[in-house]
Amino acid sequence: MSAAAIPVEQIKTITMSIYRYDPTVDKKPYMQDIVVEIPTDKDIMVLDALHLAKEQEPSLSYRRSCREGVCGSDGMNINGKNGLACVTPLSEVLKRGKITLRPMPGLPVIRDLIVDMKQFFDQLEKVKPYLITKSDSPEIERMQSPEDREDLDGLYECILCGCCSTSCPSFWWNPDKFLGPAALLQSWRFIADSRDEATEERLDDLEDAFSLYRCHGIMNCVSVCPKGLNPTEAISNIRNKLLTREKS
Amino acid sequence: MLVNEIINAKDLPVMEFDGIIVGGGGAGMRASLQLAESGLNTAVISKVFPTRSHTVSAQGGITCAIQSDDPDDDWRWHMFDTVKGSDYIGDQEAIEYMCSEGPKAVFELEHMGLPFSRTEEGRIYQRPFGGQSKDYGKGGQATRTCAAADRTGHSLLHTLYQANLKAGTNFLNEWFAVDLVLNADKAVVGVIAFKIETGEIYYIKSKATVLATGGAGRIYASTTNALINSGDGIGMALRAGMPVQDIEMWQFHPTGIHGAGTLVTEGCRGEGGYLLNKDGERFMERYAPNAKDLASRDVVARSMALEILEGRGCGPNADHIFLRLDHLGPDVVHKRLPGITELSKTFAGVDPAVQPIPVVPTCHYMMGGIPTNINGQVISVENGEDKIIDGLYAAGEVACVSVHGGNRLGGNSLLDLVVFGRAAGLYIEDAMKQGVQLKDASSDDIDKALERLNKLNASSEGEQVSVLKERMQQNMQNNFGVFRRGDLMEKGIDELSKTREEVESLYLKDKSATFNTARIEALEMQNLFEVAEATAITANERKESRGAHARDDYTERDDENWLKHSIYFAETKEVSKRDVNYRPKTVQAFQPMVRSY
Repeated sequence: MSAAAIPVEQIKTITMSIYRYDPTVDKKPYMQDIVVEIPTDKDIMVLDALHLAKEQEPSLSYRRSCREGVCGSDGMNINGKNGLACVTPLSEVLKRGKITLRPMPGLPVIRDLIVDMKQFFDQLEKVKPYLITKSDSPEIERMQSPEDREDLDGLYECILCGCCSTSCPSFWWNPDKFLGPAALLQSWRFIADSRDEATEERLDDLEDAFSLYRCHGIMNCVSVCPKGLNPTEAISNIRNKLLTREKS
Repeated sequence: MLVNEIINAKDLPVMEFDGIIVGGGGAGMRASLQLAESGLNTAVISKVFPTRSHTVSAQGGITCAIQSDDPDDDWRWHMFDTVKGSDYIGDQEAIEYMCSEGPKAVFELEHMGLPFSRTEEGRIYQRPFGGQSKDYGKGGQATRTCAAADRTGHSLLHTLYQANLKAGTNFLNEWFAVDLVLNADKAVVGVIAFKIETGEIYYIKSKATVLATGGAGRIYASTTNALINSGDGIGMALRAGMPVQDIEMWQFHPTGIHGAGTLVTEGCRGEGGYLLNKDGERFMERYAPNAKDLASRDVVARSMALEILEGRGCGPNADHIFLRLDHLGPDVVHKRLPGITELSKTFAGVDPAVQPIPVVPTCHYMMGGIPTNINGQVISVENGEDKIIDGLYAAGEVACVSVHGGNRLGGNSLLDLVVFGRAAGLYIEDAMKQGVQLKDASSDDIDKALERLNKLNASSEGEQVSVLKERMQQNMQNNFGVFRRGDLMEKGIDELSKTREEVESLYLKDKSATFNTARIEALEMQNLFEVAEATAITANERKESRGAHARDDYTERDDENWLKHSIYFAETKEVSKRDVNYRPKTVQAFQPMVRSY
């Protein structure tokens, strides 16, 4: 959609206050107000409004791909709360005709709304986020009961957007040592999988003061997850598993 | 060396790999997994973090005769359905390969950890999809699509990413490939690519380059496709003098959410949902008395478009159709279709367990693409003969192997990308073992691949990307949609040819190097335009109706003249014909029949 396509009588203006920073030009970041014309006859998403802003300011940078909340590209801080721009209706976040957009907190900013997610993915890789099996694979698929498969619901749907980990004070404080809610949710996704054969090794890897135990149950992760997942619960499941396992 | 300078081949740093894969979606990561596991030094060049690729949006499943729902299911029945679905211009050797190798590829995905939904017996859950039959069309509806709820693409893509992490694949994430580098023999010896974050640019040299860049649905104004689906591989191939095949064949998915374009899966109808017009009539019973709502996608999309054109659309503007699911009960809707429940609430404001979803046919899939053989090797055509391009491979939506012909069956795209991503990987692995000798590219060869980028960097005036893109998308939507007509297509082609010069010399105002998305969008626009023009010219040339290509001025299928692939070269803008493969290895070929559902 472009601004030109909307009839005049169905337009209102909003102010988008957007975090701007291009390290090659700007000495420090600043907030830029961009006034955008949006339609009044229908609701649009924050991402649609960003596209309109970018038509005026082509240098404005943000990530986006699927525009339907499944790829996890456009996590950002919307009026102080992390979320996905593509599935956040403007009507829900517009306050007195204004909206404030910043990059997700806690990670280095590359440019504008784009953060460097290296630390986030490094932590993810530490939990060995893949199925580990030791026995031979059968000719066909491995059997798994519907009940065992149900244990993965609420875990496998993670889109790695980073909204949770970058809203977590423990992750802000120790992003190199605390794995963060997203990685720990993935850790539990494999521990909980009846087909995985590396539970002990996975638990061993988590048994230090930081990796897991820096979670203080603040639950910001739960309140921001755009997919409605519950990393805090996954973390407490891992804790219980650690507490109750018989040390060999 | 940064992307915003005027770049010379002599100053350009080189990176070298055994195999490179351009694109980190399902096809690319299945190919890279094969190469990495065989010990080859492999890199995936992906313009987005791999799990942001469009495979993630596939919902309903992966169609394959794994004999879970029906122990008597047969890959030959799947082959028959796919040949019929293609309206008889799918290559039968390729379809045979896909359907017979499919079970192996699907079981491998399960072994990697893909969280498929399960039956009571613990096997992979399968659901009915459109165009599926038992016993070569004589045994009624089949149930053949393997599913992980309605998030199969997401599950598949994440599983492949996980498996690649385990295998030690090198990921060049958020790198953009600009153009192919060809040597003096016109073999492909790598790509020019830059790191989006910093703008550092390289010649990435390789003996095997796999294009797995996906589709290009963004040539249309209304599409289910991700914003990143800009046909980068097609643009690269056409500029390098290679052809595209059957590029006029675009699938319009029956159920894109009205207004938003986001997909709701065919699995909705597979689970028992159906379409209604404004009179509350199940109109598909009229158009496809047997398969009804589970007829092939081209058939359903046309029926819906006719209902709307004839004034029986729903809503105040009579411009959409209702997809009804509430009769299935909240249990089925929420358990089997949780993803589309979420999408319907977000983009249509309805809970499908209570209210119908407003839907319209929406551009969804590019059946055509870069012609390949079943090993993924890219084929060009010279003097009417096939000619393999050394060093270049393609797999997935960007390729046209061709298993989809004039119309793809639901659930066959995920199968296509794993089977042929894997096949390309297997072939390259073998070729590397035997030893591949390709001449090095000269400085002139490399400079040629840098021309487009340098021109963009030198631009000081011209049109903006957003203006050109909207013009092209409206043109394609209006003149090359579900129904096509010669005079309108000619008007559309005329408009495109007037736009070409502006697209080639568009204005990049922001020339910064650090994560400059404006530069990416400009390069993508040029790729989209190549796809649009190829589509337009070829569509006008195919003077018949077949599969997804439905003409008001040539309403019948013309097997005498057009039981053929179309082949298009951008240099000459000419369309020629290529024979369809009717030589499967283990079964009798399926001959063209009247196609009814």
